[in-house]
Amino acid sequence: MEHVAIADQVEELHNPSSFISKYVWSQDHKVIAIQYGITAILVGLVALVLSGLMRLQLGFPESFDFIDPSSYLQFVTMHGMIMVIYLLTALLLGGFGNYLIPLMIGARDMVFPYLNMLSYWTYLLAVIVLLASFFVPGGPTGAGWTLYPPQAILDGTPGYDMGIVLMLLSLAIFIVAFTMGGLNYVTTILQARTKGMTLMRMPLSIWGIFVATILGLLAFPALLVSAIMMLFDKLLSTSFFMPAIVSMGEQLDYTGGSPILFQHLFWFFGHPEVYIVALPAFGMVSDVLAVHARKNIFGYRMMVWAIVAIGAMSFVVWAHHMYVSGMHPAFGFFFATTTLIIAVPTAIKVYNWVLTLWRGNIHLTTPMLFAIGFIFTFTHGGLTGLFLGNVVIDLPLSDTYFVVAHFHMVMGVSPILVLFAALYHWYPLITGKMFNATLGKLHFWCTFLGTYAIYLPMHYLGFLGVPRRYYAMGTTDFIPESAQTLNASITVAAILVGLAQLIFIANVIWSIFKGEKSGPNPWHATSLEWQAEQIPPAHGNWGEKLPEVHRWAYDFSVPGARDDYIPQNMSNDDVPLEPGQTLQIREEH
Amino acid sequence: MTTETNKPTVDTRWQSLNSDWANDKETFPMPWGKLMMWIFLLSDTFIFSIFLTGYMNVRMSATEPWPNTSEVFALTIAGQHIPLILIAIMTFVLITSSGTMALAVNYAYQGDRKKTFLLMIATALLGASFVGMQAFEWSKLIHEGVRPWGNPMGATQFGSAFFMITGFHGIHVSAGVIYLSIIANRVRKGHYEGKGYHIVEITGLYWHFVDLVWVFIFAFFYLW
Ligand code: HEM
Ligand SMILES: [Cu+2]
Repeated sequence: MEHVAIADQVEELHNPSSFISKYVWSQDHKVIAIQYGITAILVGLVALVLSGLMRLQLGFPESFDFIDPSSYLQFVTMHGMIMVIYLLTALLLGGFGNYLIPLMIGARDMVFPYLNMLSYWTYLLAVIVLLASFFVPGGPTGAGWTLYPPQAILDGTPGYDMGIVLMLLSLAIFIVAFTMGGLNYVTTILQARTKGMTLMRMPLSIWGIFVATILGLLAFPALLVSAIMMLFDKLLSTSFFMPAIVSMGEQLDYTGGSPILFQHLFWFFGHPEVYIVALPAFGMVSDVLAVHARKNIFGYRMMVWAIVAIGAMSFVVWAHHMYVSGMHPAFGFFFATTTLIIAVPTAIKVYNWVLTLWRGNIHLTTPMLFAIGFIFTFTHGGLTGLFLGNVVIDLPLSDTYFVVAHFHMVMGVSPILVLFAALYHWYPLITGKMFNATLGKLHFWCTFLGTYAIYLPMHYLGFLGVPRRYYAMGTTDFIPESAQTLNASITVAAILVGLAQLIFIANVIWSIFKGEKSGPNPWHATSLEWQAEQIPPAHGNWGEKLPEVHRWAYDFSVPGARDDYIPQNMSNDDVPLEPGQTLQIREEH
Repeated sequence: MTTETNKPTVDTRWQSLNSDWANDKETFPMPWGKLMMWIFLLSDTFIFSIFLTGYMNVRMSATEPWPNTSEVFALTIAGQHIPLILIAIMTFVLITSSGTMALAVNYAYQGDRKKTFLLMIATALLGASFVGMQAFEWSKLIHEGVRPWGNPMGATQFGSAFFMITGFHGIHVSAGVIYLSIIANRVRKGHYEGKGYHIVEITGLYWHFVDLVWVFIFAFFYLW
């Protein structure tokens, strides 16, 4: 069958003209990306405020009347869920995925822009349903972000009535939104690359987003199905997850269900979710490091295969979250082994980031600071992960602050640092303006040092046995008084870090209006998005012709070339040379 | 391919696989919509697999006995007691509809709009009759007292899993019937002249998938 690559077919670009079709019901991937981004950051701020409230309670118990044990649990739950799903997943894939994919692979837009637009509006609906649960009788659910039944839907848990229903509903809507976007991202990357852009020439950002999206498409089904089954348990009194149970002195109608089934389903989604968040961050941080160290990423191929291997393996480690569920020791052994194996490709990535810096021409710009900060926090969180991956060490540490410290380092702070690196790095592309570098660096140091002030002591609290999800420690014998002092100091640091984010917000808003014009390619980057005719790129991204790609995205500091970077769309013949030199391109990586 | 790509010439199978993946522009030589449908179906496969895994799990955890499905789903026709007869007919109808769908795709690529239209409508009608029989089966079970939350014949999970899984599949079939009707109507009107008839094949992919899923539900829920 005669078949023309669709990207080559001449088709008419619809050019939206009215304000509404341009900025509200927009089908342009860049506008959708910004809509996703702003929405995600706004709900993220809600989650940040919730964490501040929790910290106030933990640092200074009995000083705040409006926080009672129930509302504390509700804060924990909403904070965790919003951060993981509605902020990180949405911002990394809906935001950066949307913005970067077409630009970095040389496409004019996503393959199905209309579906892409629906994805955003559905996401917004999910956010609204989620936030609505703050205003229903009983408030939002307090079941913890893991939503384990039976307690999630039983009397005694805050929000067991309407809160949990809205939460499950919102998750289901989110998954629909994600699927519409995700199908677009994967198909666009596979089918809409420009001439010369082979898979092995794609920037690592795209690889990270690509594999993460596939993980999402395969992992979210588990969450969707468990949400449906739990909704049935709640609303129709089925007994999928509910065993025969006595609640508040009363025998309930449930019988014969399996709460452990929920745990398996949840973590079959939950662990890949960690990588849905981590892989795009891995990708973007690789690109930021290479650009600002003026050096090719070390071991590009290895980086790609590591992303793929981590993605594949992430489906066979889920039960390391369930060591305390009473599972068979053989399973514990199996899951501990896979967990430790997955650390190998992860470690390869860390080595390669460090080796990229080695003998690079490091520019300590704001994005670079955040990227280097990420290497620290991620290594740190990764190492504690090795502890928790072992059954015997996990058993005593499970459900203590050690776990809270671990996952905040590895999947809380680390992706957030990359997000900041990425936001600063691509800010000139998105807005055409330069942010204020001094404020940017101030923001970095407050956030980075503050992070350690918050989370390092938490490891220690965990060793002491301070449990997670506790409203107050009360008079627990084995926990020394000094733990309270530590808690107070963590709270002070957390409040300062929270406030430091205002610097970022102020910088972003101020620079849009008052920032200097950034010019076309302020970081002298090689990847395609910076080579668009206009910055920010116009609707349709490229002019008459699509760019043609001649090289990978990492030709920095090539011997013989006049500039220390060669854009991907420049052919060898066009590269300006040092007088009297020839270009010494190494073998195609 | 009209434009040249960087695809090197190849002689072995591995090399050609490799070059497909290393190709620029397109990894798979197919329209965007078709690849997207494949990926969607992969995701949907996970949804159904998890439904079935969940069902098997609760079947094991259930404390009361599981009803004997061939008895539950037996009908008495003309004095004859025939186990699973309705399900057998439903399965037959659905598999037939896959056949008519495959023919429709064939005629679509030949550009025979009329036959394509008729075959797609036939497919949709077979699908609709499947849903109809399912509604009959539901009402029979409900009549016998089976509910999502209770089951006079034994484990409550039987009713819950039955309504949930066949319901979810039934929604897929119903959506497919609507989808088929819309596309068939557009084919009739000549909407795709010039654009090509890939869309019929894409619709077909979805439809075959829904049939295939039914085979698994049949095997795991009714036969086991
Ligand atoms: C300034 C930043 C942050 C602070 C101060 C903070 C603080 C906290 C606190 C105090 C808890 C409750 C611990 C407990 O009582 O068990 C918590 C839980 C949690 N946080 Fe954060 N957090 C921050 C950022 C993040 C980020 C960026 C993420 C993204 C992954 C995140 C994900 C979670 C999760 C998943 C939980 C567990 C919720 C649960 O137990 O159900 N946090 N956080
Ligand atoms: Cu995990």
